[in-house]
Amino acid sequence: MQALTDTTYTEKAGKRKNCFYRLGKDMKKNPILYLMILPVVAYYIIFHYVPMYGIQIAFKDFVPKLGFLGSPWVGLDHFTRFFSGYNFKNLLRNTLEISVYGLLVGFPIPILFALLLNYLPGKWFQKSVQMVSYAPNFISTVVMCGMITIFLAPDTGIINQLVKALGGKPVAFLSVPEFFKSIYVWTGVWQGMGFSSIIYISALSGVDYQIHEAAIIDGATKLQRILNIDIPSIAPTMIILLILSLGSIMGVGFEKIYLLQNPLNMSASDVISTYVYRVGLIDSDYSYSTAIGLFNSVINAFLLIIVNSVAKRFTSTSLW
Amino acid sequence: MVRREDMEKSSALRTGNISQSWHDQVFDIVNIIIMIALFALFVWPLLFVFSASFSDPNAVWNGKMWGIPVGFNVECYKTILKYKNIWIGYGNTILYTVLGTVINLAMTVCAAYPLSRKDFVPRNLITGIFVFTMHFGGGLIPTYLVVQKLGLLNTVWAMVIPGAVSIYNVLVTRTYFQSSIPEVLQEVAELDGANSAQYLIYIVLPLSAPILAVMALYYGVGHWNSYFDALIYLQDMNKYPLQMFLRDILIQNKVDLNMMGLDTTQAEAKQKLAQTIKYGVMIVASVPVLCFYPFVQKYFVKGVMIGAIKG
Repeated sequence: MQALTDTTYTEKAGKRKNCFYRLGKDMKKNPILYLMILPVVAYYIIFHYVPMYGIQIAFKDFVPKLGFLGSPWVGLDHFTRFFSGYNFKNLLRNTLEISVYGLLVGFPIPILFALLLNYLPGKWFQKSVQMVSYAPNFISTVVMCGMITIFLAPDTGIINQLVKALGGKPVAFLSVPEFFKSIYVWTGVWQGMGFSSIIYISALSGVDYQIHEAAIIDGATKLQRILNIDIPSIAPTMIILLILSLGSIMGVGFEKIYLLQNPLNMSASDVISTYVYRVGLIDSDYSYSTAIGLFNSVINAFLLIIVNSVAKRFTSTSLW
Repeated sequence: MVRREDMEKSSALRTGNISQSWHDQVFDIVNIIIMIALFALFVWPLLFVFSASFSDPNAVWNGKMWGIPVGFNVECYKTILKYKNIWIGYGNTILYTVLGTVINLAMTVCAAYPLSRKDFVPRNLITGIFVFTMHFGGGLIPTYLVVQKLGLLNTVWAMVIPGAVSIYNVLVTRTYFQSSIPEVLQEVAELDGANSAQYLIYIVLPLSAPILAVMALYYGVGHWNSYFDALIYLQDMNKYPLQMFLRDILIQNKVDLNMMGLDTTQAEAKQKLAQTIKYGVMIVASVPVLCFYPFVQKYFVKGVMIGAIKG
């Protein structure tokens, strides 16, 4: 990252020689800076690194009295139990399907939206579309899921009123497993596309307009300008965001799925994160739940590293 | 670099010296149609909820209301005002939002300022320690066990401490400090005998008002809308934030009309009122954010853009 590059060569050499001496001297010179950052470092240690240390209970049988360290080891028992469990395949499939579907739809749409918005004639119209497109982002997950539930209600929901008005038969959308993933992904697009497009809009506004003007004089159409000027200009932004989303492909968010789940759509809506919650906090099977969570985050971290190195190799854009 | 806006003012291109090809005309028409459709798609669901809460419950129930209020009815709001849980939730949410945001801001500045100083020796190490947690963490249960061990469960602190700072926001704030405040100011301040704390308080922070506003908004909206921490850390109903009560009403269908001081005997009328109440609580819960929204949305955009510079 950027911070790593601006340490100069001599600083690095000096650091190797005597970094503790330098640290001590700096502490005496600028004690206030150290005092300031102390609570934040303490926070990260307590709430992020101690839990990482606690991951060991995934290989133990956690007994609250004995704590992280004292509980007896059981090796990979929890993992084998998870992999051989009746719902393992289903959980993995749902998790992957939802996130791949979400990525295929949710990644290109904000880009297309930003590109089209950029060519929309009329500043006022452009600004208005932009402004309303951000609004859904500020609705809470609970209200969002409330809207979904109430709009899709079997008899009285507005969508079924529309179906009835068009002569169709009402459908209990949220009770049909086949519909669940589409409902989840497309409502996510509705809520997030405007806000996700901001980063592309700002990247597009940085494109030098002289290039566009040259292209116009050469007779390029808007579509050609999008393909040959705009898309190459925002490609680095696209790659970074793609790396990040591929690196969290196993991390389907808990909050929304949990609220939309019901016994009838469970076969399509049960994902790893909701299972971790159910097993861990409802059934209090701490070690088992930690093992599943660990499996999930290791795959995520692994994917991130692979995707990042592939991107580095082929496009010279990468996270680190 | 030439900005598009500057160019267009003086450009001959817009005044028709080079006429648009039919390709571009088709493109523009298709684009306008798509954008009008999207505009409607963004506005309609929000308008529908708003109108439904003010409409005659019968019309909403029977599908006679499509976006423009039918009749005028504030019955649901009167009922909601009598609903004790909404008030408890509102109070708690305000407390968590204010307290949480203050802690968030203090922590963010305390992390971002030293990391923005080039002469702060362990800055790479500490940045690394923070950034690592973005990609890997202990997970739900180990974090829960730590919170439990610290005795924070079921207290106000469980709502504000475990999420006390977000590394992404620290990086954005640090970048702002580095890029928008000239380093020479620090030298001048030091010559005048100011120490780091004085320099931060009297010079850096006043100059950083825009980024602090953005951060306060990010954190504040996050607190207002969150329910996950409450779900896992709180058991006591009297400590529940608004979103938890909303969940009961909207998702779990627990609309307790008796608690709202109503005695509706007819089953159907009860159901209709319950439905309108759902629309009403969505509005009541979103009003603070929606009221702020038009004024603050440009700051949100700014925040994303500052973040984008960092990449």
